[in-house]
Amino acid sequence: MAGPDTPTDEARDVEFRKALVGLIPQLRAFARTLAGDPTAADDLAQDAMMKAWDARLSFELGTNMKAWTFMILRNQFYSEKRRSWRQTQLDQEAAERTLVAVDDPASPVALDELRMGLGMLPAEQREALILVGAGGFAYEEAAEICGCAVGTVKSRVSRARRALQIILERGDYERDGKAAGEAMGSILAHAERLSGAR
Amino acid sequence: MAKKATPKRPLAVDEARLRQQAIGAQLRQMFEEVVNEPVPTDFLDILRRADSGDADRD
Repeated sequence: MAGPDTPTDEARDVEFRKALVGLIPQLRAFARTLAGDPTAADDLAQDAMMKAWDARLSFELGTNMKAWTFMILRNQFYSEKRRSWRQTQLDQEAAERTLVAVDDPASPVALDELRMGLGMLPAEQREALILVGAGGFAYEEAAEICGCAVGTVKSRVSRARRALQIILERGDYERDGKAAGEAMGSILAHAERLSGAR
Repeated sequence: MAKKATPKRPLAVDEARLRQQAIGAQLRQMFEEVVNEPVPTDFLDILRRADSGDADRD
């Protein structure tokens, strides 16, 4: 591998580095939704961060760095996943990992329910919904990140929304000591508290 | 609890929208919760090491 042959780019590196550091919290959040387990997610986010750093010369400053780094992170996740295909093949297993990850007594109930519901969605629907619904990306940006057509992202997001609502309303998952079907209720109650009186 | 088929009224449409909004708010909160966590120091350590000598790595 060639080292940085162009020391004149030092100022550019500084700028790039600053922007990259600013994106770490977002990368961690996205990684958490993909990998579930917080430790694995941070490993993934670190790998993505370093890949982005190594590829910094190919990044055009001033363009959407958040989308670019998310794409790197996503590619990293799926290439690792392919390598350990047998461990991560089933969405059910992803759901179980998510279950372990949400076993945090301080976490609000509604959030746990949502994570569990997300864990039950097909991976491509989950990531589309996260990117658009939580990451603040436009459909076009999400399509670029996922390497698919805009229409595909739109339909994935819409299917994910419908499926998630059904899962949460039916309580289609199992959790000890918790009555099925309470999920939507706690999410609605929580949303009301968030938004104040409507 | 057997709560069966809601009749198709405008009310049901509003209710569905409300539920989607609630899910959306929750999604954003879930994401923001991680965003607001302090960044573990090893992120910056790794980057600093790479910055100070790319040749040393791998």
